[in-house]
Amino acid sequence: MAFGTNDKVLTKELAKQIDLILFAHENDGSKLVGILLDIQEVIPNHYIPTEVAYYLADKLDVKVTTIYDCITFYSSISDKPRAKYPIQVCNSIVCKINHNDSLFETLKELLNIDLNEITYDGRFTLESVACFGACDVAPAVRVNGKVYGHLTTKEKIADMLNELI
Amino acid sequence: MSIVNIKINNIPLQVEKGTKILEAAKKIHIDIPHLCYHPDQTIKAHCRICTVEVVGSRRLLAACSTEVWEGMEIHTDTKLVRDTQVGILELILANHEQNCLSCARNQNCDLQNLCSRFNILQPQLEKVSEASVIEDNNPSLVRDLSKCVKCGRCVKVCNEVQGVSALTYAGRSENFAVTTAYNKPLLETDCILCGQCSSVCPVGAIVERDNTQKVLDVLQDPSKHVIVQVAPSVRVAIGDEFGLSRGAIVTGKMVTALKMLGFDKVFDTNFAADVTIMEEGSELLDRIKNNGKLPMITSCSSGWVNYMEKHYGDYIDHLSSAKSPQQIFGAISKSYYPEVAGIAVKDIVTVSVMPCVAKKFEADRPEMGRDGIKDVDIVLTTRELSKLIKYVGLDFVNLDEGSFDSPLGLGSGAGAIFGASGGVMEAALRTVAEVYTGTELKELNFKEVRGWEGVKEAEISLGDTSIKVAIAHGLGNAKKIMEAISTGTCDYTFVEIMACPGGCIGGGGQPIQSTTDIKKLRMDALYDIDQTHSIRKSHENPDVTALYKNYFEAPLSHKAHKLLHTSYKKIEKQYDFSYLNKK
Amino acid sequence: MSKAVCFMTKNFGKYDVKSIGSYMAIGGFNALKKAVNMTGEEIADTLATAKIKGRGGAGYDMGRKWSQAKSVIADNKVVVCNADEGEPCTFKDRTLIEKDPFNLIEGMIIAGYTVDAQNGYIYLREEYSHLRPLILDAIKQAKTYGFLGENILGKGFNYNIHLYSGAGAYVCGEGTALVESIEGKSGRPRMKPPFIKQCGLYNLPTCVNNVESLSLVSSILLDDEKKYLNYGTEGSVGTKLVSVGGNVKNPGVFEIPFGVTVRDIVYGLAGGIVDDREIKLIQFGGASGKIATKSILDTPYTYEDLRKAGVGVGSGAILVVDERTSVIDFLRTTQEFFSHESCGQCTPCREGNRHIKLLLKKVAEGTHTTDDLASMRKIAKIMAMSSLCGLGETAQSALVSAMKNFEEDFQIK
Repeated sequence: MAFGTNDKVLTKELAKQIDLILFAHENDGSKLVGILLDIQEVIPNHYIPTEVAYYLADKLDVKVTTIYDCITFYSSISDKPRAKYPIQVCNSIVCKINHNDSLFETLKELLNIDLNEITYDGRFTLESVACFGACDVAPAVRVNGKVYGHLTTKEKIADMLNELI
Repeated sequence: MSIVNIKINNIPLQVEKGTKILEAAKKIHIDIPHLCYHPDQTIKAHCRICTVEVVGSRRLLAACSTEVWEGMEIHTDTKLVRDTQVGILELILANHEQNCLSCARNQNCDLQNLCSRFNILQPQLEKVSEASVIEDNNPSLVRDLSKCVKCGRCVKVCNEVQGVSALTYAGRSENFAVTTAYNKPLLETDCILCGQCSSVCPVGAIVERDNTQKVLDVLQDPSKHVIVQVAPSVRVAIGDEFGLSRGAIVTGKMVTALKMLGFDKVFDTNFAADVTIMEEGSELLDRIKNNGKLPMITSCSSGWVNYMEKHYGDYIDHLSSAKSPQQIFGAISKSYYPEVAGIAVKDIVTVSVMPCVAKKFEADRPEMGRDGIKDVDIVLTTRELSKLIKYVGLDFVNLDEGSFDSPLGLGSGAGAIFGASGGVMEAALRTVAEVYTGTELKELNFKEVRGWEGVKEAEISLGDTSIKVAIAHGLGNAKKIMEAISTGTCDYTFVEIMACPGGCIGGGGQPIQSTTDIKKLRMDALYDIDQTHSIRKSHENPDVTALYKNYFEAPLSHKAHKLLHTSYKKIEKQYDFSYLNKK
Repeated sequence: MSKAVCFMTKNFGKYDVKSIGSYMAIGGFNALKKAVNMTGEEIADTLATAKIKGRGGAGYDMGRKWSQAKSVIADNKVVVCNADEGEPCTFKDRTLIEKDPFNLIEGMIIAGYTVDAQNGYIYLREEYSHLRPLILDAIKQAKTYGFLGENILGKGFNYNIHLYSGAGAYVCGEGTALVESIEGKSGRPRMKPPFIKQCGLYNLPTCVNNVESLSLVSSILLDDEKKYLNYGTEGSVGTKLVSVGGNVKNPGVFEIPFGVTVRDIVYGLAGGIVDDREIKLIQFGGASGKIATKSILDTPYTYEDLRKAGVGVGSGAILVVDERTSVIDFLRTTQEFFSHESCGQCTPCREGNRHIKLLLKKVAEGTHTTDDLASMRKIAKIMAMSSLCGLGETAQSALVSAMKNFEEDFQIK
């Protein structure tokens, strides 16, 4: 049974982008992890929609169950839409003993959202993630691959948010 | 093979190099507890309950996966090992919904066996399991993830043996689960309901959909004439459930049990198997003569038909249009039988006992019936029949030998071997060869199509010509043949495919703990029945001859087509991406 | 006076990390040029003499590992660089890649030459994705200069390096899980046997090494005066990169000779505790490491001394926690980490972590009983003894050492 909706997440443009990514990875199903990460980057909400997972199963020699397993296994791959700028706050011990709790609170206050919620304009989500190796600049935050450290004052945190248009 | 000297619990032992600790212990009759280990699958080593002490190792080692080395000293009975095994069992129990009394696997459950073995009396850990939504919206299988012990046996059988990959691991840590892609119900996945998962599950996480109560109810209904057909594979397997030796032929007792259950008539699916050969054999000859679609592929395995419709939908016209024996019987039971028995069709309830869970789905297909009457009303698996026999309190082992009823109870030896991989092929060849050549076959045994090999090929001489045939059992092997067909790299004329490893004797509805060794014994038993039968060819079955004489006239007749043949439909994929190529 | 030394970090800040020419100008790739005129056995022996214990934390002797890898008879072998550095408070590999990328590439090529591999794979954690362009460019430049590709330095040695990314799973730092990830699957560790040195990536014989281990190779090969051997102690030869973090004034990566004391590191190099507070505990080796009281300060930082004191070197992480954090809160945060990172496939780790998390909550709330404490000990032991991989084995190291060293925090209320 085919699911057809008018509002398809997998548009022709996105499919073309995905095909290019697959081509860059030599259409090799064993490069699935890298493929999923690259696709996630070109999707504005930084996630893998269900249709895309089935599309990959079609195009690659990989079962949809393997793809689903990877999406649910890896923390950096999301099956739910996120914001344009997911703010990933480190929740591990080094940042914790360097006051990441006030960092969390300040971010919640400034953005007016709670953890895992998305701002009204779709710009930011707030995520709590495991250590990403920025312990020397704790407390730290990571946004689309860029690390912001020493976020110890409200000003520094606000400055960072203002950078992210 | 080189020999290795080891000691288990200070008992010296010699085993072949490459033997795992678990197997070595079996040789001196020590059973190391295990849950994820299954002899017919690759080793997983992740339940960890088989971990034992090995001198020189600072950690415990998994007995299922660790190979012995020269001089290895193993201890399976130290306090550390016992405490660890019990501790792991308690960890599993804390995350397992314990409603044993209402579980399909009560008294037939590996987890219960381990608890009983280790004398688990009180739960020591906080209960962390939660009741989950039970998925039961298909006719064949019911999934209850709250009972899953995450042994992975179902994932292995679905991925590695069947190659269907409908089940998978997903998530991490507390979210780790055995599930389908996007947790979709089985019908919305690649699953074809072969039920191998239910056959290897150690607990009640995946079970067959239970129809025992339906059967009990209808047997109590005086207005109904309830008849039952029993597949060939049941009579060489149901003895397992009553402590008889594996592969024992218990036809007589089985028939008596069914009569004592209250069925008005007890008939034999082997009879319908013979009719299948008449139809399918004629169809094959027709295709050969008239350039029909070749190779023709058998259609009696309902899991296989599901697989073709879902995964090779462009090739469904290779399938024989003949219905499966179950459905041919059903159609006859609602057309020919009411006439000869003088009973109204609407009062007849046809029950079938099958080694198969996919047959529950097959019986529910809308095309399997007419005018609001189903060919087959209720399907029971071998497992459910044994439950019914226990329910009414029969001492199976001591029952008298009974006989099938007429006119649908006589099956030939050819019909009997349908349950073994290669059996349908051999039964068909006996009829096709004689009809094609017009001469009596000197040798009835087609040994080249028998056996456990995954894919069997043979060239069969038909008088002045010969045809190439192929047989596959288990969907992983079936795929190899389909790949050859789809790429045009084979020249088979006739192909037999069974979805389950070994054929129906290894079906998803057979007794739990059916290992390859046991399945081979069942195969042998079926060939025994055939060898000692007075009628060994389907077309020599007098009841079948009578059926055609009095009702269908001839195979492939208009009436036969209407009742005994069916059609198939390609199932579209979950998502249709053809819109991407449209302008 | 700083007790830090400059052996494997000698290139830091000394060249333009984006330019191979700049690297070669300070002697880069001289080690490779020397290596291709030695045999694999000679290279492995040189490393064995330096007694390098695998710097990822497992501590397997590197020289022996390369020697074993070389002796595996196979047409196709691979070398893997484990740059998954997921251990909290460990950022030394990140620093090595940022500040000396060509050195890592050189070390990988020498590894491939030594063990007769044709392909090297760098598995870089997704959280270091900002370093991908740097590494890719370094590989490209190395190829242009003939240090990668075919017939390297005219010795008939063919070798290529491929960069793969992790996707946010600490467990992929485990060798077999890493290999599963490169093969395009979820990173759940494989059972052993078979061992990765016989059957690893794509079922080929695979030699996995940590970034720091590989980064030592060129310096050791060019160390004609055996300076490295003069550092350290009998049981712990040479130098180590430590990542110091937590409540210290000057967190960072330092290269220390084995044998300096923990105090030298924490107060000497890391500047002591912020606001000069008292130390509550120190964790050695990352989240999977054991914890000690401040009595450890005067212990020499060596494998043998730390082991005797009930802790270990592990990844080289040194996490200093001051008196404001309770031991139980510390343990709960550590537990959250493992509860998040466990792959879930084996019973002891999946269920064990789940229960310890619940029990620690009771301890935090003061509602625990003696039975609960016994349960925690039992579960921790089961995990250590029977988990499928190192994650489950070490997840409760902190808890077990805390129950020993900080008994009073577990008292029944």
